[in-house]
Amino acid sequence: MLRRWLKANGLLAPTGIWLGIFLVAPLVVVVEFSFATRDTGVARAVLPWTTQAYLTALDPAFLPIFGRTLAYAVATTAACLLLGFPLAWFIARHGGRYRTALLAAVLIPFWSSYLARIYAWKALLDGEGLVNTVLGWVGLDRDGGFLLTHGAVVLGLTYGFLPFMVLPLYVACERFDFRLVEASYDLGHGRVSTFFRVVLPGVLTGVLAGSLLVLVPAAGDFVTPKLLGGVEQSTFGSVIDDQFRGGNNWPLGSAMAVLLLVLVVVVLVLRGRRGEDVL
Amino acid sequence: MKRRPWALGAVVAVVFLFLYAPIAWLAIASFNSSRSLSRISGFSLQWYEELADDSRVFGSLRLSLQLALSSAVIATVIGTLAAFGLRRAFPGRGLWTVLLSLPLVVPEVVMGVAMLGFFVKLAGVPLGFGALLFAHVAFSLSFVVVVVRSRVSGMDARMEEAAADLGASPFVVFRTVTLPLVAPAVVAGAAFAFLLSFDDVVISSYLTGVGSTTLPVFVYAQASKRGISPEIVALSTLMVTATALLLIIGVVVASWRARRAGSTAKLAG
Repeated sequence: MLRRWLKANGLLAPTGIWLGIFLVAPLVVVVEFSFATRDTGVARAVLPWTTQAYLTALDPAFLPIFGRTLAYAVATTAACLLLGFPLAWFIARHGGRYRTALLAAVLIPFWSSYLARIYAWKALLDGEGLVNTVLGWVGLDRDGGFLLTHGAVVLGLTYGFLPFMVLPLYVACERFDFRLVEASYDLGHGRVSTFFRVVLPGVLTGVLAGSLLVLVPAAGDFVTPKLLGGVEQSTFGSVIDDQFRGGNNWPLGSAMAVLLLVLVVVVLVLRGRRGEDVL
Repeated sequence: MKRRPWALGAVVAVVFLFLYAPIAWLAIASFNSSRSLSRISGFSLQWYEELADDSRVFGSLRLSLQLALSSAVIATVIGTLAAFGLRRAFPGRGLWTVLLSLPLVVPEVVMGVAMLGFFVKLAGVPLGFGALLFAHVAFSLSFVVVVVRSRVSGMDARMEEAAADLGASPFVVFRTVTLPLVAPAVVAGAAFAFLLSFDDVVISSYLTGVGSTTLPVFVYAQASKRGISPEIVALSTLMVTATALLLIIGVVVASWRARRAGSTAKLAG
């Protein structure tokens, strides 16, 4: 038993050391910064300890931004589920020998630059872009296009994070015994009832893992909202970014980062142990 | 009875359209004769020509490739070891899983500012290639572990036991049985790590030093001033085309080898 424990930890040690130094230690430093006092010089954050940064971060002025960020993240997760589930299910059930090729086809677009793709959407969605032009043929166009709307931000985020939903969903669908669906039909259940009582519980681990992988990163993203939504739709991530990038206020930025980390912990705790084998 | 999934197929087609629309648009716009990305005014190759002459783009492209390759190699080696470490249950495995899931769920902006603060204030690591490498391995490592672990945990341990029973040393067992079985997942994990590093904007943007700008950071900085340059659109088009070709060749070769293996087996059997 002891030998097995030593062997496992030995194999895990390099990873543990790397993550400990370059990820966990920095996160601890952020927590430390969040209680420091702002310094406008090169030191950025200095003693004495204070909770001032948290008081500022929780100021009602930031509340709309926080709310908007959460709304974007939730809407993105929902959209990724709506698009990703049919895709994952189709590939797992009907893909046959083309499964790998179909999965690869899902991933190919993500081998181009993320920024280039976002700018492509920007071009497609703006006033004289393709989307508006095509919608114009049926009279559904919108003055000035769809840029700088909430819809554009959610679309961009959904596009960016879809693979993180599809992959765990696919793993779950592939393990799912499709004969259960036939059995459910044979036993007289309809399509809706079969979906909620047989399919959904069967792939729940994938749904949870995928949602986790989309929800939290989407809540932290600021490049997509900035480019597709403009300054008006700025998110929590971009407020954090401003505090660091301009050298404005490291303690405040750190306190906000800690608040986002709290969100991560809450989501992880809510998820509990379910879906651990998929993630 | 298996119903024909017409409705499902239609939804899937729409999702693929959604996935490929921007890529297709980039490819079209890369041949545009004007700077505009949204309105196509004519055909030209000028952006490809300008790209070929742009040494700054190639400088940052080379840095990005070096960074992505080195971080993918490191992440794949230590991540694969970790995936094997997690193979059998042992006290404390749950804690390891929590640690490994951190990079997957902590928002990039939080990781970026945390690493910036850590490198600058505490560790005294100068910003630049080294800091980028440490960070990129840290955020791509877990993806390697996830991918390889899914294969390792589905592996039949009896194959290795059989080899050992037949007198193979642990090293021979690993090289001739274990490694071939997990190789596809290791390759997939490495590709994943490479891609994550190669395309990262947010974390890298905090850690680049003078003269060590990665391609995405360069593009972002340039684009926020005057919109994305058509050269970058041309470069993206080339990169997607190259990847798609590589993948298609890979799939064709794999299916050809599978068919050949199948027919050999039939002959032998």
